[in-house]
Amino acid sequence: MKNMTLSSVFRYLKPYALPIALVLLCALAVVAGQLLAPFFAGRAIDCITAEGIDRAGLAANLAGIGGALLLVLPFQWAMGLFNNRIAYRVLCDLRRDAFQKLSRLPLRYVDGRAYGDVANVIVTDAEQFSEGLLLGFTQFFTGILTIVGVLGIMLALRWEVALVVFCITPVSFFVARSISKRTYKSFRAQAEARAEEAAYADEMLAGLKVVKAFSREEAAGRTFDEKNRALERASLRAVFFSSTANPATRFVNALVYAAVTLVGGFLVISTAGMAAPFTVGSLGMFLSYANQYTKPFNEISEVVTEFQNALACAARIFALLAEEEEPSDAEYPDLGTVRGEVSAEHVAFSYDPARPLIEDFDLSVKAGMRVAIVGPTGCGKTTLINLLMRFYDVDAGTVSVDGHDIRTVTRASLRRNYGMVLQETWLKTGTVRENLKMGRPDASDEEMIEAAKAAKAHSFIRRLPKGYDTVIGDEGILSAGQKQLLCIARVMLCRPPMLILDEATSNIDTHTERLVQQAFDTLMEGRTSFVVAHRLSTIVHSDLILVMKDGKIVEQGTHGELLEKGGFYAGLYRAGFAH
Amino acid sequence: MRHLMTCMKPYRTVSVLAPLFKLFEAAMELTVPLVVGAIVDVGIANGDRGYVVSACLLLAAFGLAGLAFALTAQFFAAKAAVGTSAELRHRLFEKLLSFSYAQIDDMGTASMVTRMTSDVNQVQNGVNMTLRILLRSPIVVFGAALMAFFVDPYGGLVILGVIPLLMIVVFAVMALTVPRNRAVQEKLDDVYLSARENLAGARVIRAFRMEKKEEAEFEQKSKSLLGEQIGVGRIAALTAPLTFALVNLAVIVLIWVGALRVELGSLSQGDVLALYNYLALILVELIKFVNLIVTVSKSVSCMKRIGAVLDSEGEERGGVCPEPDKTAPHIAFEDVSFTYPGAGAPALEGITFTVAAGETVGILGGTGSGKSTLVRLLPRFYEIGGGSLKVWGREISSIPKDALRKSIGYVPQRAQLFAGTIASNLRWGNEEASDEALLHAAELAEARDVVEAKGGIYGPVAQEGRNLSGGQRQRLTIARALVKDPDILVLDDSSSALDYRTDARLGETLKSLPQTVFLVSQRVSSVMRADKIIVLDEGRIAGMGTHDELMAGCELYRRIYESQTEETA
Repeated sequence: MKNMTLSSVFRYLKPYALPIALVLLCALAVVAGQLLAPFFAGRAIDCITAEGIDRAGLAANLAGIGGALLLVLPFQWAMGLFNNRIAYRVLCDLRRDAFQKLSRLPLRYVDGRAYGDVANVIVTDAEQFSEGLLLGFTQFFTGILTIVGVLGIMLALRWEVALVVFCITPVSFFVARSISKRTYKSFRAQAEARAEEAAYADEMLAGLKVVKAFSREEAAGRTFDEKNRALERASLRAVFFSSTANPATRFVNALVYAAVTLVGGFLVISTAGMAAPFTVGSLGMFLSYANQYTKPFNEISEVVTEFQNALACAARIFALLAEEEEPSDAEYPDLGTVRGEVSAEHVAFSYDPARPLIEDFDLSVKAGMRVAIVGPTGCGKTTLINLLMRFYDVDAGTVSVDGHDIRTVTRASLRRNYGMVLQETWLKTGTVRENLKMGRPDASDEEMIEAAKAAKAHSFIRRLPKGYDTVIGDEGILSAGQKQLLCIARVMLCRPPMLILDEATSNIDTHTERLVQQAFDTLMEGRTSFVVAHRLSTIVHSDLILVMKDGKIVEQGTHGELLEKGGFYAGLYRAGFAH
Repeated sequence: MRHLMTCMKPYRTVSVLAPLFKLFEAAMELTVPLVVGAIVDVGIANGDRGYVVSACLLLAAFGLAGLAFALTAQFFAAKAAVGTSAELRHRLFEKLLSFSYAQIDDMGTASMVTRMTSDVNQVQNGVNMTLRILLRSPIVVFGAALMAFFVDPYGGLVILGVIPLLMIVVFAVMALTVPRNRAVQEKLDDVYLSARENLAGARVIRAFRMEKKEEAEFEQKSKSLLGEQIGVGRIAALTAPLTFALVNLAVIVLIWVGALRVELGSLSQGDVLALYNYLALILVELIKFVNLIVTVSKSVSCMKRIGAVLDSEGEERGGVCPEPDKTAPHIAFEDVSFTYPGAGAPALEGITFTVAAGETVGILGGTGSGKSTLVRLLPRFYEIGGGSLKVWGREISSIPKDALRKSIGYVPQRAQLFAGTIASNLRWGNEEASDEALLHAAELAEARDVVEAKGGIYGPVAQEGRNLSGGQRQRLTIARALVKDPDILVLDDSSSALDYRTDARLGETLKSLPQTVFLVSQRVSSVMRADKIIVLDEGRIAGMGTHDELMAGCELYRRIYESQTEETA
């Protein structure tokens, strides 16, 4: 799992190979400068002796510091810039891919998950991932380079002491590794607790108005607090574990320091008076480099924990990206503009394999027919729409349009032929204009206004604060009926060959509805239409009536045929007359 | 920042202890050079190997003590940071829950959610880092400068001189990045909104083949966020090299000044080394500090966003309920008007009518005529703009919202259910309701078959009730309100997805209930049996009375009726 995540991360880094190489180059220059500065400083101090001052040497070495400074200044800045660029671009790429993934995922996936949960993966997890990456990059590379550089200097100074440092170092790695393993687990637990809390908050905040209507603030607060406490516990573990790495490696550093002092001290005593003595001054230099050498280990251990968190988040993103997509339809032809013949043969479908819903369903609709779908509420009318629009694929049998199995044409071309108005209105956050032109962005304003007039939406739109430029959204102050009128206008503008109207006028007052209905009638002239409705006049005048009950189609035929049959429909019809 | 402080209050002790233990650890580190000095001066100078060994063991012991101090400090810091952010989330959620309808409309769900999640996370990071490192750094920096002063006042002056310059850099970066980070966070809101909206509108987006367009739009928002992030990064990236440059410039000056002082004989070579070491210590400390500035700057801007929510005034819900005057009509509207915030025209104007207890009131009118707005005033979701609205003879503004809402069973237009079971949703009306009571309510709401279809009242309900059809959801939301057994039942056009047959049965049931019922509908058939029907037209009352009275005297009503009977007959 972890390895898979890592390889996916590398795939995202690949396009940035050049900037990454530049970061490496910059890091090289920066580390060289950072190591040179103390070197020149040491030599400069060597020029100051009680006997006198080597002014020329002093000036030269101080100039050396200046040179190191001038080397670091631009390269460190450039390194930061490249680094930012890489991290944020990778983040942007990830967000884009995760978002594009959404439209390729089957609706089954979308329907089965909390919106907040999925949105959080795309936004928060991606963010945390890139932050880890950002922090990691520079520190990791400069750390490694510093270690290598200092090691080289130490080896050149005195290999015996360097060996001591070299031997204890792996302990540091070992400690850091064992801590980071534990940290990864606790970060994962934290990410899960966080996601659960976020999903709950998202659900309650989205339904805040209902929460208030039922005075459920306290109850929601209590449940939230429970989740919040669970997150607090998980976070405490994650934050504490991750922060133990730094002191632990620092402890190893202290050991290194003590060992160097011990070995160095003995060496100074035993080499005193020899041809190549290990002087006190060399010991001092060694100690300062030993410090320089171990510092990056601290940083790297810090970076490693940051990476753990980043990887835990990345795992969630890549899990989303790895979700099975709708089968590709790229190789299938475009359906073109259809006449509107729709048929179903031996169709079987169910949401849950354990509970069969539609079985062996046949349907034959000629072009231009008006099909009414009737039945008690909850009888599965939405399922039929899901299959027609290919939001879900049939389990067996075929649905075809103009004789083409809808699975052998592109989804987009199939859907273009349908105009859909659902009972559940959905508007995008944007202007009225954007919403109306959703299906036909190239439509002119005149056409748009004409459609709005036909849908009887023009007069209320005109009264909005900024008319057609008023920003509206799924929330906000438009009434359910007004939203529905906008959805109708949206379809009126498209004028597709086939229509699906699912209780399209359920929230609209009857007077307006009549006018809208007339517009619909004109629109439906010669167009195949599927209408879920209660209005008997709509039903009676249909060419074909599908009667549904408990998710199944129980009867189909014309009004006359069905009445004659005296079955379920006849019962419904008589009940309708009771009004 | 004030809110952060109060949230940290329970963690005051650990918040003080964390940096304190950090300080102990730093002290351990600072004593190490002294021990090494002693090794050189005593152990090595005298060739005393035993002294060297014991001193080195002491160094290792210091290391161990440092580890103990550091772990304690980390634990306290983690506890304070995590505890504070948990408290912050708690308060934030509580505040959001107290928001009025108008505030909810104004802020939007996405913005509320990002504040709850990513903003608070950022603050937690900031607090943790501040306690662990940020407080330690200034102490070490000033401590080192002070020590340098004791070694040599001139050298000390050089070090003290560079500190303000370093501070200018740090604060300038802070000042430049905080507002930009705020912009980053706002763009992040946009991105979240886009993602969430696309999930909620998946069907419509696919039906209109908007996938590519939505992707392009998201990409543009994402790119705009990217630009802002890179902009902030560009400034933040300046900090580290500038710090390095300043400190090394100080090194050059220091060594030069030191050399002059040595020449005068007032300073030794070792002293210069010591001074240099202090400066080096400051640099190491500052590098850590600077890395954190970015984190802290983000935290500050996130805290500001959270603070803006916490500062806003939620609605007052509690309070003392005035004694009802049962001789007065149950509900009395008198010249009530209402305008939505930011709307051009009033949604309601001159609304006057009274309702006796137990009456059923039908409210009929065209789309956008103000029907829903009218009933939303009853639970004080929105406050009346003008006129007077009385319940049991008492001005509605004097009745606490909680008391009012407890006595009203409200069925919203949008049938919204929550993840859980049918029972857990229905018990929103009354926690204590028995299974039989839930079943009875479901029966009254014509939802018995929904319960059966889902395998009983403990059948699962997905988020927003997505495993149910629109009509099924509506009936469950009606049942939910009935479980409450309220004084007033408000149905805000909540039977629109029901077929006529079910709707008719429901209408009969509602009329037989002892409650005062407000029934908002588009359908004459739903309201025609009501004791009183109010016909609204563009926010004004166009007619009022029983079905027969209105048929005789209200042109609009007759028109609506005729249009519908034509349909059904």
